[in-house]
Amino acid sequence: MPAEEDKIKQQLIERFGLPSDKITVQRDRRIWADVPASEFKEIFDYAVDKLGFVVLCTISGLDEGPTLGAIYHIARESGIILNLHVSVPKDKPVLKTISARFPAADAYEREMVDLLGMQVEGLPAGNRYPLPDNWPAGQYPLRKDWQASTGEKKEVGENA
Amino acid sequence: MPEREVRIPIGPQHPMLKEPESFLLTLRGEKITDMTVRLGYNHRGIEKASESRTYIQDMYLVERICGICSHSHSTCFIQAVEEIAGLQVPKRGLYIRTLIAELERIHSHLLWLGVAGHEIGFDTLLMYTWRDRELVMDILALLTGNRVNYGINTIGGVRRDITQDQIPQILTAIDKLEERTKYYIQVGTQEITLRERLSGVGKLSKEDAIRLGAVGPTARASGVNRDVRRDDPYGVYGDLTFDVITDDHCDVYGRTLVRLGELMQSYKLVRQTVRQMPEGPVSVKAPRKIPAGQAVSRYEAPRGEDVHFVKANGSDKPERVKVRAPTLANVQVVAHMLKDGYLADTPIVIAAIDPCFSCTDRAILTTDIDNGRTDKMDWPTLRTYGIKWYQKQGIDFSELNRKLRIMRESN
Repeated sequence: MPAEEDKIKQQLIERFGLPSDKITVQRDRRIWADVPASEFKEIFDYAVDKLGFVVLCTISGLDEGPTLGAIYHIARESGIILNLHVSVPKDKPVLKTISARFPAADAYEREMVDLLGMQVEGLPAGNRYPLPDNWPAGQYPLRKDWQASTGEKKEVGENA
Repeated sequence: MPEREVRIPIGPQHPMLKEPESFLLTLRGEKITDMTVRLGYNHRGIEKASESRTYIQDMYLVERICGICSHSHSTCFIQAVEEIAGLQVPKRGLYIRTLIAELERIHSHLLWLGVAGHEIGFDTLLMYTWRDRELVMDILALLTGNRVNYGINTIGGVRRDITQDQIPQILTAIDKLEERTKYYIQVGTQEITLRERLSGVGKLSKEDAIRLGAVGPTARASGVNRDVRRDDPYGVYGDLTFDVITDDHCDVYGRTLVRLGELMQSYKLVRQTVRQMPEGPVSVKAPRKIPAGQAVSRYEAPRGEDVHFVKANGSDKPERVKVRAPTLANVQVVAHMLKDGYLADTPIVIAAIDPCFSCTDRAILTTDIDNGRTDKMDWPTLRTYGIKWYQKQGIDFSELNRKLRIMRESN
């Protein structure tokens, strides 16, 4: 197992008491970690400020059935990516924004709001992305039960 | 009359923009004091669509995310799929992928140089670079069969091998392009109008580039030394030697110099891949169903870091595909770069991050009006037809071309 990646894994286990089967080193430069939503903010800040994961690659939103997931792909300048996975219940899918630390996260978080129905606390006011302003409420295209044929068919262009 | 703030909407449809985006600029006099960006007009639901298609269909779908960096997206996607499936792509296959990747970067950067020239009213540069770009387009067509959307990739390797007689053609074109690029570097560093027009425009400090998450040449021109090819090597970049080009001008001029420098590095990389390419198979057979798992893949596209996340569920279709194209990271940087700048600089500042737009068709169907006959015109016929048509209008470049040839030969 790669040494540096393993060290990061041990640091996360020691610091936050995460079960070791929740953190996997997939290969060189790829670490995956399942973290509880309650501790996410703390772990994320620690990884960014103390472990040097200063590059935000993107955030991937997921529909996992009863829960909605988000994977924060953060990287070190040397190329190691730490993928922090967090799940929140679908009936109360609330995450805290990281856009104060990473302004670029704004677009990735809005994408989760529009396409998956995630609720992101603390997101500054601004234009929605990527769906049109008059997109029907409660329609989340990336949810598994949503099909292109779901809902009423009508023009949803900017001026419709 | 007291000075007032004026708000000007630009887009979603605007002659300045190559793609639909919407910018709302707040002006005080000629200075931009604030700006907001609205994106999403080009959202085509590709992530959703890929969940209902097989992996191989998805590869062709993601290749069409962008008309310029199509190879970037398809490679980034299949790298993730291959990692989940545990496929070992043969070395020769990886070399060919990397070769196409660098040829794509050459065509993309030359295209950008032309667009940048056009945006500042230096159309000679546009005409020259786009003429030279044809050399690399021809090589891409020779190797893959297509000028854009090459379709060279397949899960487990590449679909076409490179033959011995293609290699001298690649090297000749690269030699010519290198010579031309040296000339553009001379233009870039010595031509006063170009330097003066671009210097100090679209300022982005190193701190802001890092804070806002700028990627690619935009970040490197602000002194941010990041390049996925070196930091998180994929393909065969680990076996190749090249420099990461950075610049500390922190403006559009710096972005021009970085791209010119990267062109020179790409020529070096193309020569290395051709020289070092081992013999052997170019692909391995991939299973139709991909075992459950997930992978994240990064790729240094011409515009910056491209990120794909793929989650597999054991079936022949992915559970989730997430794409983060470099422009999404950079378009937020544009808002910052435009602030406190002049309205007239807006087109070049936006163009300087190199937002994507589509390429031309390579064959057209023509109908003779007199007899209604339909003809297919291929590229050389179309080119000859164009030259003759202009000659008939009294616009003849053959004499100029002859002089240019003599000039080049005497150098």
